[in-house]
Amino acid sequence: MALTGLFLILFLVVHCYVNAQIFWNDGGKQFNEAAHFMGTNVVIRITEIGLFAFLILHIVQGLMLWAKNRSRRSVKYAVTPGNKVSPWYSRSMALLGTLILLFLIVHLSQFWAPNRFSQTTGNGELDLYARMKETFSMPWVVVVYLLGCFALAWHLVHGFYSAFQTMGLAKHRYKKMIKGIGIAFAIIVPIIFALMPISFSLGCLN
Amino acid sequence: MPLNSKIPAGPLESKWKTYKSTCKLVNPANKRQLEIIVIGTGLAGASAAASLGEMGYKVKAFCFQDSPRRAHSIAAQGGINAAKNYQNDGDSTYRLFYDTVKGGDYRAREGNVYRLAEVSASIIDQCVAQGVPFAREYGGLLSNRSFGGTQVQRTFYAAGQTGQQLLIGAYQALERQVSLGNVEMYSRHEMMEVVKIDGVARGIIARNLVTGELERHFGHAVLLCSGGYGNVFYLSTNAMGSNVSAAWKAHKQGAFFGNPCFTQIHPTCIPVSGDHQSKLTLMSESLRNDGRIWVPKQKGDNRKATDIPEEERDYYLERRYPAFGNLVPRDVASRAAKERCDEGYGVGASKMAVYLDFAAAIMRYGKIEANKQGQHNADAAAVRTLGEAVVKEKYGNLFEMYEKITGEDPYKVPMRIYPAVHYTMGGLWVDYELMTTVPGLYALGEANFSDHGANRLGASALMQGLADGYFVIPYTMGNNLADDIRTKAIPTDHAAFVAAEKEVSDRINKLMSIKGKTSVEAFHKKLGKIMWEKCGMARNAKGLTEAIAEIQALKKEFWSDVRIPGDINEFNPELDKAGRVADFIELGELMCKDALNRNESCGGHFREEYQTPDGEAMRQDDLYSYVAAWEYKGESQEELHKEELIFDVVHPSQRSYK
Amino acid sequence: MEHNTMNLTLKVWRQKNNKAKGGFETFNVKNISSEMSFLEMFDVLNEQLVAENKEPVAFDHDCREGICGACSMYINGRAHGPWHHNTTCQLHMREYKDGDTIVVEPWRADSFPVIKDLVVDRSAFDRIIQAGGYISVNTGNAVDANSLPIDKQKADESFAAATCIGCGACVAACPNTSAMLFVSAKVSHLALLPQGEPERQLRAVKMVEQMDTEGFGSCTNIGACEAECPKGISLENIARLNREYISAIMDGDSTGA
Repeated sequence: MALTGLFLILFLVVHCYVNAQIFWNDGGKQFNEAAHFMGTNVVIRITEIGLFAFLILHIVQGLMLWAKNRSRRSVKYAVTPGNKVSPWYSRSMALLGTLILLFLIVHLSQFWAPNRFSQTTGNGELDLYARMKETFSMPWVVVVYLLGCFALAWHLVHGFYSAFQTMGLAKHRYKKMIKGIGIAFAIIVPIIFALMPISFSLGCLN
Repeated sequence: MPLNSKIPAGPLESKWKTYKSTCKLVNPANKRQLEIIVIGTGLAGASAAASLGEMGYKVKAFCFQDSPRRAHSIAAQGGINAAKNYQNDGDSTYRLFYDTVKGGDYRAREGNVYRLAEVSASIIDQCVAQGVPFAREYGGLLSNRSFGGTQVQRTFYAAGQTGQQLLIGAYQALERQVSLGNVEMYSRHEMMEVVKIDGVARGIIARNLVTGELERHFGHAVLLCSGGYGNVFYLSTNAMGSNVSAAWKAHKQGAFFGNPCFTQIHPTCIPVSGDHQSKLTLMSESLRNDGRIWVPKQKGDNRKATDIPEEERDYYLERRYPAFGNLVPRDVASRAAKERCDEGYGVGASKMAVYLDFAAAIMRYGKIEANKQGQHNADAAAVRTLGEAVVKEKYGNLFEMYEKITGEDPYKVPMRIYPAVHYTMGGLWVDYELMTTVPGLYALGEANFSDHGANRLGASALMQGLADGYFVIPYTMGNNLADDIRTKAIPTDHAAFVAAEKEVSDRINKLMSIKGKTSVEAFHKKLGKIMWEKCGMARNAKGLTEAIAEIQALKKEFWSDVRIPGDINEFNPELDKAGRVADFIELGELMCKDALNRNESCGGHFREEYQTPDGEAMRQDDLYSYVAAWEYKGESQEELHKEELIFDVVHPSQRSYK
Repeated sequence: MEHNTMNLTLKVWRQKNNKAKGGFETFNVKNISSEMSFLEMFDVLNEQLVAENKEPVAFDHDCREGICGACSMYINGRAHGPWHHNTTCQLHMREYKDGDTIVVEPWRADSFPVIKDLVVDRSAFDRIIQAGGYISVNTGNAVDANSLPIDKQKADESFAAATCIGCGACVAACPNTSAMLFVSAKVSHLALLPQGEPERQLRAVKMVEQMDTEGFGSCTNIGACEAECPKGISLENIARLNREYISAIMDGDSTGA
């Protein structure tokens, strides 16, 4: 979980950086350039296969782990401690992950899938900036994306630190730092992502 | 039968060396054929089982707890003595030996005690090698503290959890042997009977406490490492499950019981808060290094401790024993507290407590700390804060425990303490080889009587348990088993096993069939009350005679009115407890008999008739310089045998702490 | 200390044996003193049950001073009850007030099967120690204790890990029933000492293997174990175990893996 998770965190950084190009508010010029690079560069395309493999691995591993851990207490407690001894998001990684997965299905079907389909069928790349603008004009989409970012944020609050802990890196000296960076990451990255549909829907970007 | 202690001849310093180099050995191939049963997995049992397993014997170890790691050795707080002289303060094997014999009020065997002091250093080496995390100095070497008023620093410790760390070390060694197949571990099993064949202990009947089934186990030898019997008093610092049953069964099979009346009452325990009290909690003796003990000068003073001005307080230990003050030995401190409370000066709701006050220590440490920090004009509040921090570092875990139990903050108000039963110096009589009067049956650790005389010094119980298990029994066992190599394992369908099992089963059936009205717990409380009042900190002939009659009556009542719910063939803690309490009742009677027989005061045994004019214990060396070893002769019938104590090296003198 | 008495309703898990189906039974106890310990309150209940000729509630307990690790009650959703760094036996009734209802359950984990009522079988922990939770040194092998100085800080950290009492609260509190805190405490205790060095890698691998064999769940770093541990064993021990385990796996030779 930790290795695939850390890889996915790296992906988020790249994805976030590329998409943040929209905020130049230059009608998508810089963004589309970056998107073009990402969509056509061979190395990136090969990495993309790896990314999907890791993503699927992360999902499968996660769900298997969840199922296994759930099965180890056949008789459940009648009274549970709620959030007194552990934060809700740490206990809800499978739920948050599933929400993210559902969001991903929506998200990929709106951008990645049509784009790749268009590329492979010889129709060239789509104007992703225009597509964003169009998609985010629908209020329900904005709500779905905000929910997705919300789930991602909480998933990251636990996941970032947890990955380092599993790798054995959360030593006393670094523990606070790792937790801090994790929380900062879990706030900043999802907010940047969330700002994209918000900005479009509020008409801040042209 | 004359008692033969089998102390090797020769000068004291060379007895054990001579024994080790001349005792018989068992060759490795033969060891694999020899089976040994170990009862109890505390420090003595776990260390013995592990060591014997390492040597190649086939060992079976039994404990009534759910895991060998839970044995009550785990609760020891203060430390373990060893004559290492790491502090260069003049310690030596001889000094540790001398202190132990003197502290025991000259009622222990010189030979045994010297051996104990001699192997003490090896214990520390062994434990460190096992990974026991003793406290260390910044230079990386082991730290020591002084304990129980000795003049040298020879106590090794791991915060206030020394017993836990030592037991975990022994437990790990034991589990290693389990994984290697040398030891078979039987948890949640209770020993119900010793099986003797041709006069030799050859096995046990055990009860699986989960299923209630009786099991027969053969062994070429049986080791009892089953701890002490302080729970005969109901309230003690012992664990709830600590019991005398294994030792008592052995006693009934012919093992003599040595000095049963020698009980240690520890002076600093949290007092009883009400009838609901199920056990007492010790506050480490180390607290007396800094705390001052006092009661109000006025009888029945109901003011809060903090409202009683300095001049109206009676620091009675400092008053009576100016030389040692609050650091007098345990028996002396305990009796002095009882005396004050009996006179009506006690404090707290029950009036059966005295104060242990840290206010002076807090201010003293605070001033030192303030000076260190250059705050020479610090006000009282600042000094107090600094002092509290120092005290917290030294005793934090104990203060926290006190607060959890009582709900009072000992930094602000003095602790209330009262003596409580803590350790039993008496136990099964054993010779130098730790063998009881039943051949093949051994007793180790607190279960035997051998090393502490009439009073045990602080931090010596852990030392003795591990000495017996790691360093004594591996040699003495070989010396005896060398003659047994031709004895094949005896099948457990042997008539002796069948008969023993039937006896155990009959007894259980009898207990279950009484179906009376009174709970086991109620009987145990009644017994405890008799014992505490009449065979406790102070004893007299009249009280002891009454106690014997009362206990006999209680025994009758028990066997006609006890109520044990549940069934035999299931997990039934009430039934387990009933068997133990039945044995405690019989032991209680013997303790009173022994106390009545010993017409002197020595160590933990204080007979009111034998005291100096100013209330100090008075020994009668010419009459009672012997080990009282009792032989079971049938119900309530015990015959006294005497093992004379010969002091070649240390000459008994009256202890004085004034 | 001021004290008071209270009447309480107890809902306690009863289960005849490992095979029987369990369920809650409700009891009323009266005149419980605020000075009693939680287990003394159970003593009162059991005396009451004996008087009514019913079977008392079975529960594990021994030292009653918070060190043996035998007691193990899950009280109102909390392993060892609501107090921090505390065992069931050291919980005192001043925590409760008149009229309270207290639900008491056994440790629940398939690796800790119920023996009776509130008593569970924790022998899995012993088997994990058997797998490697020791230093292989026979009696008599030792060199002088001071021949090997040990960095005080490491010795102190080792001690902190070694204070684990093996009660199983970590497993009971963990939503996954993971035993990582227990295993990591032992691995840390020994890995931090030079004496533990020779078997360091093998120990981590073997103990983790045994933990899996026993059927404990996997650690997902939730942290409930640390929050409920009566001895405050830190999650950093789990990080250390992970390091030890990863390095052992990477360095396959010495483990035979």
